[in-house]
Amino acid sequence: MKVRLALLLVAVLLGAAVFAPWLAPFDPAETSLASRLLPPSALHWLGTDHLGRDVFSRLLWGARASMGAVAAILALVLALGSLVGATAGLLGGVVDAVLMRVADAFMTVPTLVLALFFIGALGTGLTNVVIAITLSHWAWYARLVRGLTLSLGARDYVAAARVAGATRLDVARRHVLPAVGGQLAVLASLDLGHWMLHVAGLSFLGLGLAAPAAEWGIMINDARPFFRVAPMLVLLPGAAILLTVLAFNLLGDALRDRLDPALAGHAH
Amino acid sequence: MLGFAVRRLLTLVPLLLIVSLVFFLMLRLGRGDPALDYLRLSQLPPTDAAVALARQQLGLDQPLAAQYLNWLSGAVRLDLGRSWSTGRPVMEEVLHFLPASLQLAGAALLLVMLVGLPLGLLAALYRDRWPDHLTRAIAFLGVSLPNFWLGFLLVLLFSVQLGWLPAMGRDGPASIIMPAVATATMSGCVTLRLMRSSVLGVLGERHLVFARARGLPRRTILGRHVVLNAMIPPLTALGLHVGELLGGAMVVEMVFAWPGLGRYALLAITNRDFPVLQGFVLVMTLVFVLCNLVVDLAYAWVDPRIRFGTRAA
Repeated sequence: MKVRLALLLVAVLLGAAVFAPWLAPFDPAETSLASRLLPPSALHWLGTDHLGRDVFSRLLWGARASMGAVAAILALVLALGSLVGATAGLLGGVVDAVLMRVADAFMTVPTLVLALFFIGALGTGLTNVVIAITLSHWAWYARLVRGLTLSLGARDYVAAARVAGATRLDVARRHVLPAVGGQLAVLASLDLGHWMLHVAGLSFLGLGLAAPAAEWGIMINDARPFFRVAPMLVLLPGAAILLTVLAFNLLGDALRDRLDPALAGHAH
Repeated sequence: MLGFAVRRLLTLVPLLLIVSLVFFLMLRLGRGDPALDYLRLSQLPPTDAAVALARQQLGLDQPLAAQYLNWLSGAVRLDLGRSWSTGRPVMEEVLHFLPASLQLAGAALLLVMLVGLPLGLLAALYRDRWPDHLTRAIAFLGVSLPNFWLGFLLVLLFSVQLGWLPAMGRDGPASIIMPAVATATMSGCVTLRLMRSSVLGVLGERHLVFARARGLPRRTILGRHVVLNAMIPPLTALGLHVGELLGGAMVVEMVFAWPGLGRYALLAITNRDFPVLQGFVLVMTLVFVLCNLVVDLAYAWVDPRIRFGTRAA
């Protein structure tokens, strides 16, 4: 029941993201001074903003930016975390020590402060926001993968595979990664909402997509001067963020209950 | 106890060294030539001669190792260099903005404890009845709320509609209420759920049956045996929440025009003001690490097993 609801919500949001160009009734960037700050109507379902842009269309395109960013973070964090964690776990020795000290360094700084720092180093823009959030979260995944790799490496079937002549890479690919996958899925699904909030927060600070673009965080920032006259312009994108994070968290909870009851206390 | 404190403090030194080195390299090996950023911020034309001079003045012509050691030797003497955009010492500027940020994060931390822990206890004691269901729903919503958006919602309700609280600024005790609530909500909800499961864990232990059998009043059992023991896991996690609160406070500051580090850091980010970025991340990390140290020490004080290095499973 919980899984179905979560999947349904995520599917709707993904659908909005993928099909935004066809679903959106208006061009999200098309301004029209004649139709500024209109209330909802049959033409503009959710009204228009201070530049006469259609809010509904912008929300749809915003889903595209946000879901795209979160998907990219997911892929990058999993790739970087698994690569570093598996390397450290399989090679051991100096490599392990160095990689884990670097991971420690990344885990010592509060994640949002770290993300801000990286945006400072790399420059602003949605791509750099994605990279910054990835860099501030990979270390937890590297630690998890390393720990699992070590505990799996001590298992008899892995030793048997090595004796049978499998290379380290074979072992990693055939035996370790599949076993690690489930745990990673649980941890990542619990983090999706967290990443979404980071993306939204950094965009709200004006560090993501530049102003004319349609993204939920920057839409809220854009609408600030008109907050008292047209609060819906702030409320709607925020509600979209809330709905997305709720859907992710619901999905994470459901996956956790199903795959890993032991992780039930995990909290960020 | 003192020995434990010193040992823990000493383990921080190599960690902070690695942090500073990694982030120093990130900045130096990142995009573009820092000398050009420096000239732009100083509003000087980037002629070849000016770039060469800037490189020399900033020490950018020296090897990376020398640059890092220069910065480090300044940092241990509490000198973080000068901001490229204002020309003032970074330490002075950071210390000017830090108190407001710490005040906000501290007020949020207090809220997390004063609201999260009692509600968690309540939820556990009324397990599967309406207080449990209600707090579960609130907590689920709370961890999904963008903090800055919650800030706008609060302003809309309490400033615009009701006119009870000031919408922005840092002027009097009333002005911190809404920023603190917006900052604290997520960590408070996580703490609530953690306290609930912790209390339920303790309630299942056998020494409670014995305490009941001894005829201790319910109030004593709850206070001395349940609450004190159950508070340990959520209090340990608080150390981590401090990081979340420090970061969250910086975003929320922008909603309420709270005069903390948020705006200062944001300016440094868009300006690519390297000395400020470096100093900012170092100071925030130091605050975070010290808070965790305090939590560790408190923990070791409560639980002697930690102090003597024999961790119980």
